[in-house]
Amino acid sequence: MSGLQGRGDGRPARRPRGGDASAFRSTLIALASTVVFFGALAWIVVSSPGWPAIQRSFLNGKVFAASLPSIVGSFAVNVQLFLIAEVLILGLGMVIAVLRSLPGPVFFPVRLVTTIYVDVFRALPGVLVIYILGFGIPGLGIAGVPIEPFFYAVVALTLIYSAYVSEVYRAGIESIHPSQDAAARSLGLSRFQSLRYVILPQAVRRVVPPLLNDFIGLQKDTVLVSYIGVVEIFRQSYIKQAGSFNYTPYLATALVFLVMTIPLARLTDWLIAREVRRRQGGAALALAGTQGRGVASAPTRGAR
Amino acid sequence: MTSALSIQGLRKAFGRLEVLRGIDLEVAEHEVIALIGASGSGKSTLLRCINLIEPVDEGRIVVEGTEITAKGVNVDRVRRSIGIVFQSFNLFPQMRVLDNVTLAPRKVLGRRRAEAEAAAMALLERFGLEDKAHDYPDRLSGGQQQRVAIVRALAMQPDLLLLDEVTSALDPELVAEVLNVIRELAAGGMTMLIATHEMGFARDIANRVCFLDQGVILEQGPPDVIFRAPAQSRTRQFLERIIEAGRL
Repeated sequence: MSGLQGRGDGRPARRPRGGDASAFRSTLIALASTVVFFGALAWIVVSSPGWPAIQRSFLNGKVFAASLPSIVGSFAVNVQLFLIAEVLILGLGMVIAVLRSLPGPVFFPVRLVTTIYVDVFRALPGVLVIYILGFGIPGLGIAGVPIEPFFYAVVALTLIYSAYVSEVYRAGIESIHPSQDAAARSLGLSRFQSLRYVILPQAVRRVVPPLLNDFIGLQKDTVLVSYIGVVEIFRQSYIKQAGSFNYTPYLATALVFLVMTIPLARLTDWLIAREVRRRQGGAALALAGTQGRGVASAPTRGAR
Repeated sequence: MTSALSIQGLRKAFGRLEVLRGIDLEVAEHEVIALIGASGSGKSTLLRCINLIEPVDEGRIVVEGTEITAKGVNVDRVRRSIGIVFQSFNLFPQMRVLDNVTLAPRKVLGRRRAEAEAAAMALLERFGLEDKAHDYPDRLSGGQQQRVAIVRALAMQPDLLLLDEVTSALDPELVAEVLNVIRELAAGGMTMLIATHEMGFARDIANRVCFLDQGVILEQGPPDVIFRAPAQSRTRQFLERIIEAGRL
């Protein structure tokens, strides 16, 4: 009896302390293994025969300082590019997704055209689309057609990414249970109203994380438009590299992208984790709601 | 006298599975009909066909003198006057209770928000839900959600209300509050078709009980007759199983 009591007293006090100690130990091990791993890696790189040459051509502090302002400055072009494209992509992707989801034989041509569009633009390497549009269309020499490369950069990125984003939207639309549409339609809402007020608000909320993921891709792909003569960050770093015979400007460009993209990636992961938590919570709730189905008539039994 | 609902020779198949095999049913104004029968007998499909959620293969459905199965009928217009409440509530999770209730009056009937909300609040108060008006559905119990779903259907002032096993997804202690709402509606003269496994409730509330078996109405009549002295042996068997399960 006294032994039992003793255990009952001791346990709650000892356990958390044991937990703290083991957490501390885990942290120490993680720290040590990280230091050893990266230390070894750094040693391999730094002791390599080509290291001095690489250090000179990629890690030149003077070139870095000299090129950074103009590189950050031209990043404004990339920002402009993806901000404009993102708005257009969100709109066009939605339209494509909705058109592709139209049921019935009447809409077969619409589904066919949108399906071909999505297939083609997901199949083509982005840089080819940018080339074909950026050089091809102005090359036709049709009066009134814009010739600015920036215009074709926006058009090309919008066309490419709308194909991906429409698929993300479509997955979201299809993830909404048909009973939601049935409920909306049963109240007299039209197919469009059901989509607009009931289905899409739920679908869009679910696909925010994958959409952000695509936008991370888009932000990086803005460098591809340098090939049709838009002077953006990548083009600018090439110019700086050519002027200094040193590759450090590319390192500066890489840093700009890291600073820009990593926070967005973290936000995306956080949103995904939150969505998973919320859906699991929802599933648990739904399960609780269906429990006891078999005895559901109990309260009315007395009414005989 | 025009009946509230008239169904003639209704057939519906899913692929090769014939779910409804010739349903004939007349429902008078203010009548409450209980549809009973085993799972898969066609109760839910019948209700979904009356609301045109499921397209009908064959037969005629006439609501308040208008054939809704005729070619060229505006289905959205038909559905305004026929409310349906589902087993799984199907509230819109992204909207507060009040918005769930006012969505259709505002978007379908073109009511102004203030007007629609006043009407919705009156309905919510009538069913003891006024303090839930600004909650999201997932904050509500199953019984509360189902009552909101009923209020949402009532907000369109339907001529006919279809209830599809509305208590089957509820915990036992939540069933009574929903049945009480339906009782009140019946007392108020609402014309209703109720698919249910609650036999005691069906006996209490229905003017007429229809026993569905393999896609046809095998037998129908006043509850006293159907529950005490059914003519068909299949009806007897069904009721015996129900009694055996302790549910009548």
